[in-house]
Amino acid sequence: MSTSQVVVDEHAHENPALLHHFATAGQQKNAAGLGMWLFLAQEVMFFGGLFCAYLVYRYKYFADFGSASQQLDIRLGTTNTVVLICSSLTVVLAIRAVQLGKRMALVFWLVATILLGLAFLGIKADEYAEKFEKHHVPGASFSYHELLPGQEKLPAAERQYANPHHAEMFFSLYFAMTGMHALHMVIGVGLFGFLAYKGWRGKYTPDYYTPIENAGLYWHFVDIVWIYLFGLLYLIDRHR
Amino acid sequence: MATIDGPDFGERENYLNAGHGLKSWLLTVDHKRIALLYLISITFFFFIGGFFALLIRLELLTPAGELVQSDTYNKLFTMHGQVMVFFFLIPAVPAVLGNFLIPLMIGAKDLAFPRINLLSWYLYIIGGTLMVYTILNGGVDTGWTFYTPLSTEFVNTNVISAIIGIFFAGFSSILTGLNFIVTTHRMRAPGMTWSRLPLFVWAHYATSIIQVLGTPVVAITLVLVALERLFHLGVFNPALGGDPLLFQHLFWFYSHPAVYIMILPGMGIVSEIVCCFSRKRIFGYKAMTLAVVGIAVIGFLVWAHHMFVAGISVYAALIFSLLSYFVAVPSAIKVFNWTATMYKGSITYQTPMLYAFGFVGLFTIGGLTGLFLACLGVDVHVHDTYFIIAHFHYIMVGGMVMAYLGGMHFWWPKISGRMYPEGWGKLAALIVFVGFNLTFFPQFILGYMGMPRRYHSYPPEFQILNVLSTAGATILAVGYLLPMVYFVWSMRYGKPAPANPWNAAGLEWQTPSPPPTFNFDEEPVVTWEAYNYDEIGEIPEKEKEEVPVVH
Repeated sequence: MSTSQVVVDEHAHENPALLHHFATAGQQKNAAGLGMWLFLAQEVMFFGGLFCAYLVYRYKYFADFGSASQQLDIRLGTTNTVVLICSSLTVVLAIRAVQLGKRMALVFWLVATILLGLAFLGIKADEYAEKFEKHHVPGASFSYHELLPGQEKLPAAERQYANPHHAEMFFSLYFAMTGMHALHMVIGVGLFGFLAYKGWRGKYTPDYYTPIENAGLYWHFVDIVWIYLFGLLYLIDRHR
Repeated sequence: MATIDGPDFGERENYLNAGHGLKSWLLTVDHKRIALLYLISITFFFFIGGFFALLIRLELLTPAGELVQSDTYNKLFTMHGQVMVFFFLIPAVPAVLGNFLIPLMIGAKDLAFPRINLLSWYLYIIGGTLMVYTILNGGVDTGWTFYTPLSTEFVNTNVISAIIGIFFAGFSSILTGLNFIVTTHRMRAPGMTWSRLPLFVWAHYATSIIQVLGTPVVAITLVLVALERLFHLGVFNPALGGDPLLFQHLFWFYSHPAVYIMILPGMGIVSEIVCCFSRKRIFGYKAMTLAVVGIAVIGFLVWAHHMFVAGISVYAALIFSLLSYFVAVPSAIKVFNWTATMYKGSITYQTPMLYAFGFVGLFTIGGLTGLFLACLGVDVHVHDTYFIIAHFHYIMVGGMVMAYLGGMHFWWPKISGRMYPEGWGKLAALIVFVGFNLTFFPQFILGYMGMPRRYHSYPPEFQILNVLSTAGATILAVGYLLPMVYFVWSMRYGKPAPANPWNAAGLEWQTPSPPPTFNFDEEPVVTWEAYNYDEIGEIPEKEKEEVPVVH
């Protein structure tokens, strides 16, 4: 929704960002906003398929999912949650900066967002590496030998172990969901890189900052997805 | 592309002669030019899909496997299904006629996001290229439905490239729908209120809702299938406790509403044609708008009727059976209202109207046999037989393709600036109708008698009906080739079209044929209701005259 194209229209002299087929800048902004919300609705359905699969198997293999969830590193997960929430704040500050016409502040906050996004991805990569080391990656080398939740209080002979197949199912969903989320993060980081460059060149003004606002919406959406993932993947069995 | 630039329409600049050369087409952001890009691409895939259909029918001419054996036959019906569903039926009307007409009908200069519109064509082309690669590389044999665990664990065909191709086509469809929704909300001309919108636009609005909310679900489902094949994630793998029924639920959550993506735009076309050639206001405008939106909403709640024999609970089957009956109510409202619109109208029998008649009749047969299938007991008997093949081809081909061709004839003068030869048009419409019924009506009987789908051989007592069906398919092929030939012919030799050859209502007829690049010379202001044919009157006599058949 950026507007790099040359505008040949009678409105051109009024507002360089106004595209030829819109009557007013307000109409253009409204259209872009509605389009972004529809795109997010589409994203909700996209992730919805994954959440639906998670729901079915969590219900079916309740205790095994609890056991497998314990294997995730909650410190790293929590750190990443904090990092992402901070990045949502920096996006809002970027929008505030462009509304006030502060070009360098805009670039600063966008770069801050990018750095936080990269920090998230780095921590995520570290977590993935750990899964490889522990053979918790689905496939031929997958192995799992852990107790079901709450079993460690029982005498050794009575303890029950989680079904490794069902734990593999949990890790399948873990990689599918966090992988899809990470892909969205990568796209978001690229997007902010592009916007930061354009913003540095002075493309965005208090009269025209729709791309920043819409990219912000996207980023908040990706953030919210993570909040749910954090709960469903890391927290479901931490109450013991 | 040179033929489209073709004749010079005098001094007046229009969207066809506004720019020349390949670049002016491949980088265009004009919705009308993008519609033509889509027209060429979907026609290409229509003939690929049709080619597979002809091979299928040819094989079924005799009871034994004379032409192909089961492995190849599996690929033939899979490729036929995937190409036709994802690369023809779903984009056909929205991406060609919807793209061309929605901005014209609501009085806008373009869609809300012209560059996203072009992007969606490129996504379609990427998907289509992958599909062609899949075909050339040996095809897929999972059935168009990719059922797991067959598609994830067992077959050794090109599942991945087909899935990626369909994924791209899906996002092309999502972006088209998104564009249409925003355009309908934000780009209407002054005075073009929601209650004055042509039903064509309403139908596309309802379609777009399904495209935006349904398609992503099948996208992620197919991604999971691909991940399962590539990286052994086990979401649908029974060995890990995965549930193949989950795949079917997720798949049909989109793929049933997708049926409405295919049929709703056709309903929009028929509403326009029926009003124009009956010279009457549509009967029950408000009911018609509620019906399309109702079909879109209820259509999301009926998917498990594809799974009655797959092992879902009786209770769930009961609910989905009932909901499937419900979706027939708005569909019936539409059929009754088209009929009531024609009642006491001054009907003329031009080509588009012939297709509209065909649509109403065939859609009714397809819809009523759908009720048979919604009925649990009958469905168990005819499930996976030719009865179901006949049923959905009556909707998809008898309904949708008829409507598409009707619409192409109706708006061809606007698109190309030329009249098609009316005599040939009527002949082709007749051939399509006869060929279609001869192809698919025998399949109802075959299915009822118990001939299962997806087999290349069958007991000899089924042969006579199969021969009829194959003969019908051959006739149908002629009926589809004819319009293609005379449409191309008319671009050079057709009579130049006036702005409004049918004296039709609707803003698209109030701008020259073909329209200028920005659609209207002055922004239109709407002060009238849709379909104000009581104010417009009859089709002028000189336009009614048949253009002589050219031999």
